[in-house]
Amino acid sequence: MSQAEVAPVRAGRSRSPLWTFGILRSELATTLRRGRTLALLGVLAAVPVLIGIAVRIQTSDGSPAGPPDGGGPAFLSQVTNNGLFLVFAALAVTLPVFLPLTVGVVAGDAIAGEASAGTLRYLLVAPAGRTRLLLTKYTATLAFCLTATLVVAVSALAVGALLFPVGEVTTISGTRIGVGEGLLRAGLIAVTVAASLIGFAALGLFISTLAGSGIAAMAATVGVLITVQILDTIPQLSGIHPYLFPHYWLSFADLLRDPVYWDEIVKNLGLQGLYAAVFGSAAWARFAAKDITA
Amino acid sequence: MTEPGAVTESLVVPRTGTAVIETRGLTKRYRGGQLAVDGLDLSVPDGSVFGFLGPNGSGKTTTIRMLMGLIAPTSGTARVLGNPMPGAARTVLPQVGTLIEGPALYAFLTGRDNLVRYDSADPTADPRTRHARVAAALDRVGLAAAAGKKAKAYSLGMKQRLGLAAALLQPRRLLVLDEPTNGLDPQGMREIRTLVRELAADGTTVFLSSHLLDEIEQVCTHAAVMARGRLITQGPVADLAAGTRGRLAVTTPDPADAARILKEHGVTGVTVDGDRVTAEPPPREVELADLSGALVHGGVRVRSFGVERASLEDAFVALTGEGFDVAG
Repeated sequence: MSQAEVAPVRAGRSRSPLWTFGILRSELATTLRRGRTLALLGVLAAVPVLIGIAVRIQTSDGSPAGPPDGGGPAFLSQVTNNGLFLVFAALAVTLPVFLPLTVGVVAGDAIAGEASAGTLRYLLVAPAGRTRLLLTKYTATLAFCLTATLVVAVSALAVGALLFPVGEVTTISGTRIGVGEGLLRAGLIAVTVAASLIGFAALGLFISTLAGSGIAAMAATVGVLITVQILDTIPQLSGIHPYLFPHYWLSFADLLRDPVYWDEIVKNLGLQGLYAAVFGSAAWARFAAKDITA
Repeated sequence: MTEPGAVTESLVVPRTGTAVIETRGLTKRYRGGQLAVDGLDLSVPDGSVFGFLGPNGSGKTTTIRMLMGLIAPTSGTARVLGNPMPGAARTVLPQVGTLIEGPALYAFLTGRDNLVRYDSADPTADPRTRHARVAAALDRVGLAAAAGKKAKAYSLGMKQRLGLAAALLQPRRLLVLDEPTNGLDPQGMREIRTLVRELAADGTTVFLSSHLLDEIEQVCTHAAVMARGRLITQGPVADLAAGTRGRLAVTTPDPADAARILKEHGVTGVTVDGDRVTAEPPPREVELADLSGALVHGGVRVRSFGVERASLEDAFVALTGEGFDVAG
């Protein structure tokens, strides 16, 4: 076992740096082939269908959607006039609960699920590398965030176009923009909604490095989500509200102003970045030093 | 095993000794305070089939996990293929095929896709040859026909084979197989033993942990014995068995007389079990023929007489002073 014998293995094969992304491709494919992922996406796709049908039935006698005082989910009352608003309404409905719920399942299961299945040890001796594996898991989780949001948006767009007229969009500021511009804004909103989940995804990944079983990690992640949502509604705690990750979630509506009001959107993205940095580092510190005994 | 200082300093160039695995004082104490591995000095020669033997709970798997970088040692060092672990995991592990504590599979993927997944995790694995290598590995463990089945439909033996196939995805310099014949029927066990011999003939060092003594005796050139977290002994299998003295055994219809005469000739540890009298073998200067002559002279009718060769099991019992099935 001289150095001469070790060296050819390192240098002899013409190795491509691109091969390191093989694990990401495999992770994305594996995530999408899991029955659970498809079920989650199916539920998300069904939400706009339910909203669309409900609004259609309720307004078939000509009455406006939603209570007359404009309560209920945002944008719901405009859906009958313009199917495009179903995209905004569906995202406003799913962002507080359904979307983070599915992200919590995927992020919470990321490491803990592999650990409890025993596959984690084989990935690590492959060797996937702990940092590389964690980055892969986080990237795949973010890809799921975007996919899940797009599933809601595309489903809503299809249902909205099918059940309601589609035309010029009246912005919150009262101005009117064309359908093309409206679609562009819808796409931007979907990306913003997906980006709103960045912080929570990192939190879920951190919990996943702590837990011993996938189920425990998912439950804990979703539990944290609900707790934080409740804290965000208690007025006495208003001092900490700006630091809670869901606090600015609904700021995506500001993209429908003319001109766009960026303040809270920027605050939201900044907060998500902060959560990603803090909990991403914590997840790395935990995972890099963890004894893998499962 | 002479200069402990040199080991930690030389990072890439190993000393002239050809140890594929070398540990110094390797120790693992779990957070609960339980000492799982205690000061292990293990040396696995290049090209050997090395049996790592011990009852369940003796620290074998913890040792293997430390060698593979899954667990950080509490103290001590481990070198695999000449490089320190876990520090050099990225260069060492692609050259090591591993089966640890049974196979672990993605139930919703086919056998083939499970291997593709594990191969993708290795940044040194060429994606262009991936499917050919996966097919070859499946073929080698006899799973080619079941490659398209979902892993959840696999029997325990098939899962074990798939785990082995994952260890054989690339040409390896070292195979670490933890209880590789678990869950296999006798035919499957024979196939695995044949496979291990083939791999060893190709020059791969095989590190094989087992609690089955006969398995180690059948395939291994070297062995180490662990009990309660400590290394009891290590060396060539023949030496280990030879190191244990066999038993002098006499079969006779007159066991009482035989025992008396043996004792009169200074033989110790005489025990009588039915028509079988066994004892510690006499010291070298005593000629065995004189003993048998004395027995015959004393009117003992002898059916058989001789020193029985010690098996690895005898060696283990002698070394640990306990039965083999005791969990430490």
